[in-house]
Amino acid sequence: MLARRLLYWASMAVGLVLAIVPLPAWLDPVRPDLALLAMIYFVLTSPRIAGLGYAWLSGLFLDVLRGMVLGQHALGFLVVGYVTHKLQLRMRMFPIVQQAVIVMMLLGLYHFLMFWIDGLTGHGFTGWVRWLPVVSGALLWPLVVALGDSLTRRSS
Amino acid sequence: MVELTHDSRPIIGRGPPLTAYFFTLAAISVALMVADQRYRQIDRIRESLSSVVYPVQRAVDLPFRATDWVAGSFADRSRLRQDNLELTARLRLANLQLQRFAVLEEENRRLRDMRENTAGIAEKVLVAAILNVDLDPFRHRVLLDKGATDGVFKGQAVLDGDGIFGQVAKVTSSTSEVILISDAEHAIPVQSNRSGVRTIAVGTGDQNKLSLPFVTVESDLQEGDLLLSTGMGGVFPPGYPVAKVSKVRRAGSTFALVEARPTAQLDRAREVLLVWFKAPVVDNALAPPAPAAPDDAENATTGQAATTPPAAVPAPATVPAAPGGGE
Repeated sequence: MLARRLLYWASMAVGLVLAIVPLPAWLDPVRPDLALLAMIYFVLTSPRIAGLGYAWLSGLFLDVLRGMVLGQHALGFLVVGYVTHKLQLRMRMFPIVQQAVIVMMLLGLYHFLMFWIDGLTGHGFTGWVRWLPVVSGALLWPLVVALGDSLTRRSS
Repeated sequence: MVELTHDSRPIIGRGPPLTAYFFTLAAISVALMVADQRYRQIDRIRESLSSVVYPVQRAVDLPFRATDWVAGSFADRSRLRQDNLELTARLRLANLQLQRFAVLEEENRRLRDMRENTAGIAEKVLVAAILNVDLDPFRHRVLLDKGATDGVFKGQAVLDGDGIFGQVAKVTSSTSEVILISDAEHAIPVQSNRSGVRTIAVGTGDQNKLSLPFVTVESDLQEGDLLLSTGMGGVFPPGYPVAKVSKVRRAGSTFALVEARPTAQLDRAREVLLVWFKAPVVDNALAPPAPAAPDDAENATTGQAATTPPAAVPAPATVPAAPGGGE
């Protein structure tokens, strides 16, 4: 169980690092929210251990790392975590493609929230480019699942 | 396929009720956001969280710095020789200009002393490295490796070798976040070097473009004009290059469409200069004298607020480049 817990925190750390690793300018807007995908995955597979507190903390650290309004990503992660938690019993049954579609909706919800809060705090950027991570994240979902499954199997 | 690796069926008495938990955390998030926008006290929370994530930022930066170092250490001899020759030539040229400059500076200082005005001369500079960390693709911010412990304060001017780079927007103990002049939320008062026309250069969100929205059709601005900082508002030292006018279109009836290209290397700079200078005294006999040189954060922010720009400037100049201006 300890190994499992370690895995959650380690993957949070990796997701956060990948959120700020410098990418070439053309690739930067496409950057998928790996921390969020990892969070969704863990809430789906082991909601008793990785729950809302885990989701919220991930988001809060992301806020600090990127110098955003404190609580912005935290709220986004929390909402996505909650919805995922509500959907988990159904989502587990879905084939991977259908899961990816649901994940895309979750990412859309997340980015809509971010967009909304950005607007409220006066940082609004309205270009279509800001919705690219929704697509790139959904495309990456099967990979996240494959990686996560192999890791959890090894750690248990 | 996602597997059920841990039982999650609700069993009475296990774990806190999910929805209550959700709403508590959501309320905390909203409270944090409001506090972050409105109150200062939140900076302490951010500060302590920053010290937790600082190692992460350092860790991300490290491999890039290491590759730089390796590339530098193993540069081949011919290239080094070439660089050396070039730099020597440039240094000779610069020294030549500096000889003249020393005389001019002395003369300038004497003249300014006569008017009891030594404002705008950089008193202290500190070299800071830009950490290799991507903050947000849609905001032009960078993270520096110097913070409050080095005396960096909010609103401090940041320059690179070619001109004005930006200003400090957030400070923690060991890092500081800089908003670039090209950020869409940034504005800087400028003056044309050729004609003396004063206006404001606003960031566009494009690193190669500033926009000058308050230039009338009649005003004397041409392509190629160098725009210098005026020092109004007390954030930036006066007389440093900001941008070069790249496009002037006088199509409308009142305002011309003017764009300028920043002289500073906003996308390529690796190291920048943090500048301490005496806040400029306004060129107006009626204006109150500017406060003393900003040594620490408190002095600097009050000094910035107390400096009153002259009435001749268009209204937006009174709020030059306050990051997070929504407060």
